[in-house]
Amino acid sequence: MGEPQLCDLSVPGRQGIRFPQPDVPLSDLPPAGLLRDELPLPEMSELEVIRHYTRLSQLNYSIDTGYYPLGSCTMKYNPKVNEETVRLPGFAYAHPLQPVETVQGSLVLLYNLQEWLKEIGGFAGITLQPAAGAHGELTGVLIIRAYHRSRGDHKRDKILIPDSAHGTNPATSAMSGLRVVELKSDARGNVDLEALKLECDDTLAGLMLTNPNTLGLFDENVEEVIHMVHQAGGLVYGDGANMNALLGIVRPGDLGIDVLHYNLHKTFSTPHGGGGPGSGPVGVAENLVDFLPGPIVDVIDMGDEETPPLYGLVQPPKSIGRVKAFHGHFGMAVRAYTYLVMHGAQGLRQIAEMAVLNANYLLSRLRDTYHLPYDRVCMHEFVLEGRWPEVPDVHALDIAKRLMDYKFHPPTNYFPLIVHEALMIEPTETESKETLDTFADAMLKIAEEAHTNPQLLKDAPHNTPVGRVDEVKAAKELVLCCGVSALDRE
Amino acid sequence: MFTPHTDADREAMLRAIGIDHLADLFKVVPAKHRFPDLALPPAETEMEAVAELQNLAWANESARDLACFLGAGAYNHYVPAAVDAVLRRGEFLTAYTPYQPELSQGTLQAIFEYQSLVAALTGMDVSNASHYDGATAVAEAVNMAYANFRGKRAKIVLSPALHPQYRQTVRTYSTDSPLQLVGDGPESDLNAGPEALLPLIDGETALVVVQYPDFFGRVYDYTSLAEAAHAAGALLCVAINPMALGMLKTPGQMGADIVTGEGQPLGIPMSFGGPYLGLFATRKEFVRKMAGRLVGESIDNRGQLAYVLTLTAREQHIRREKATSNICSNQGLMALGSAVYMSLLGKNGLRQVAELNYHKAHHAAARIHDLPKYSLWSGAPFFNEFVIQCPLPVAEINDLLLEHDILGGYDLSQDYPALTHHMLVAVTEMNSHEEIEMLVEALREVSNG
Repeated sequence: MGEPQLCDLSVPGRQGIRFPQPDVPLSDLPPAGLLRDELPLPEMSELEVIRHYTRLSQLNYSIDTGYYPLGSCTMKYNPKVNEETVRLPGFAYAHPLQPVETVQGSLVLLYNLQEWLKEIGGFAGITLQPAAGAHGELTGVLIIRAYHRSRGDHKRDKILIPDSAHGTNPATSAMSGLRVVELKSDARGNVDLEALKLECDDTLAGLMLTNPNTLGLFDENVEEVIHMVHQAGGLVYGDGANMNALLGIVRPGDLGIDVLHYNLHKTFSTPHGGGGPGSGPVGVAENLVDFLPGPIVDVIDMGDEETPPLYGLVQPPKSIGRVKAFHGHFGMAVRAYTYLVMHGAQGLRQIAEMAVLNANYLLSRLRDTYHLPYDRVCMHEFVLEGRWPEVPDVHALDIAKRLMDYKFHPPTNYFPLIVHEALMIEPTETESKETLDTFADAMLKIAEEAHTNPQLLKDAPHNTPVGRVDEVKAAKELVLCCGVSALDRE
Repeated sequence: MFTPHTDADREAMLRAIGIDHLADLFKVVPAKHRFPDLALPPAETEMEAVAELQNLAWANESARDLACFLGAGAYNHYVPAAVDAVLRRGEFLTAYTPYQPELSQGTLQAIFEYQSLVAALTGMDVSNASHYDGATAVAEAVNMAYANFRGKRAKIVLSPALHPQYRQTVRTYSTDSPLQLVGDGPESDLNAGPEALLPLIDGETALVVVQYPDFFGRVYDYTSLAEAAHAAGALLCVAINPMALGMLKTPGQMGADIVTGEGQPLGIPMSFGGPYLGLFATRKEFVRKMAGRLVGESIDNRGQLAYVLTLTAREQHIRREKATSNICSNQGLMALGSAVYMSLLGKNGLRQVAELNYHKAHHAAARIHDLPKYSLWSGAPFFNEFVIQCPLPVAEINDLLLEHDILGGYDLSQDYPALTHHMLVAVTEMNSHEEIEMLVEALREVSNG
């Protein structure tokens, strides 16, 4: 029924690609003790490899095949032209350690992207090195710690994280040795100012703020929140996962945010690739520029009338160090650059406007049927409750699974944690009104089914390649490799 | 372009929301900062954008234009056409993280198979779904070892022959932790093999990290190092070049507890440094301590074989501040690419290409060693990379090599002040006999001034 595993497709003697015979004299191999015995990899023809992976691909849901209303994930269309530009041979075959004179094209691209991301966010400096959003968070928190340390301010070990934050925020902070204090949200979904005031003391390293937050709400007191943290000597980290709502609308740096990571794989259209690679550039305010991870791209020789400026790699003077090898995910930078040159200032603002319009429109279609715990104009996403008191057995999970039968990917569910049975919906700007209407119709139909035939939801999905998967069995038996019996539990 | 809204759509949607103007949606944004004028270049059409990017790409001289003998952690290998054909399928490229197994069996099975291939290649029990790159994979190994001993062992022994950028990354990650990183100071004897690390391993040591082949290309059997680490109660991490494992003894056979690596040689383009692939494998007893996503086999409610992300209770979205790592995104697409690469080459192809690298590198090394004023720095066995002592500073030699359209090797004096005039040369299956002769002749010419 399902697609066979690679190891079951292997036939001894087959090979999918061959290499030329050596055109140099052969040398003695290393001593036998240094050679491996067997190499247990599959043996397949190219066609069999292609069919295997093509059939696997057909078991996937994807943006190219359907709509993903996944909150905080910004599953917008990934333009095909990005996939052309990233593969231009001058980029794809450039070695990261080449002399800078030979890679001016790559360096100009990175430099311009740095400049544009600074302009879009209102920041004085930026690093493109972090590999993903969580990696950007780690970078940002290390910068905050380095800043306080450089001022001899050693007792600042507390970081405030609103209860609506992404799970990576507390994990990142703990990884950098900070004490995490959770901050409550108020009844309107804003940071609770009273709770914040109580924590604003001289141990405060900073606040990690997601704005718009994971309820899809722009904090109504954002400037006051930031001011209070600054008054107490702390810095404000902005989680830029929700930046799609702010492009050309407001610059986080103008609001006083000191550090922010972007997700090129959300806001700037680089593909999610089934879980990565991402890219998490970090922008910082003027007083933090010297702490950025290095190297960053800069003009190292201004040139003159005859010679163009020379771009090179420089290390910020008080750099926290590097956070990965080489210069970050260059391939993602090329895609984001392509996307940005095609938009300009007007185009970016239009992205945010249409994303917010789509979200509010979808909300208007669903709000009478699904309970909206925080009733305000939303930004690019909103959170509903996936439950009804009269059918207590039906949960958000059941709604999510039933949506699959209607050919939709479910919204993010059970997050944020402050909403019961949360369904977090982000339409993105690339979806048409017809798609939103079809999705809304499915959601309304499911609400009706929940009341008339709840078992339909409990048993869902019915039309997918597999049904609900036994997660307990997977974790208990831990079969993590093909051809290998279950690992013993230690 | 990418937003489908017609004027009629907008009006109908605003009406449904109950507002008159789009701007009304943004009233909550402080007025003085609302709608900033962004100083960005004007929008280009797709056709113009492609021309601009093409011009930038042309401004580079890549390994397509130059004979590339540069490695040092990123290698110019042949990528079979079928690899990219699979990666460009929108169903893989534009899929989200497989949190919903019913809609993600393709990604999940592909990652499950990737885990199997990496385990087989490294001789380890389990692999995760990948880390960002070879550098962060080592940093995660350090975190894992520290957590394994519940913070009671704080010493990490780093081989000076571990990639300098990996060591720098480990240092950045551990800035605010009590970890002591030892073994790679300026006084360390670079000529020495792994035995030089033995005196540093003691009851305080959580982890010993070595590279295989090491940064200088040398191949050592780490079996006795593993024994010494285990005798002291410590763990051993081996950072690998996966292509070398097409022929060389596995770290699993040597007794490694953690294997990390840079997966780029397995069908991933150099792309000026990324995205690459962080390999991470370990022994079964550490599976619950390993960070990163993991795919397991199970069954669905219809009794079918099915795959699902498992042991998620270790991860940040469940454990929040109690998680040992904050990793969320991995390198899913690159892991897929490497799995396609390994499937295509298979057991014979990977050995064949590994040996091709080996023979070409050894031929080049012998030819350069025969040149007057050049010599091989080490007598240790090597794979596809080796160090030559040169008569001039490497930067000067590389400038002259460029005039011959040759991308010379890595200048080791950048990271190792003791290794002035030492060049790290990489030779792969992409370097023809003619290119090797060109390099040899150019080096001869350079040394004659």
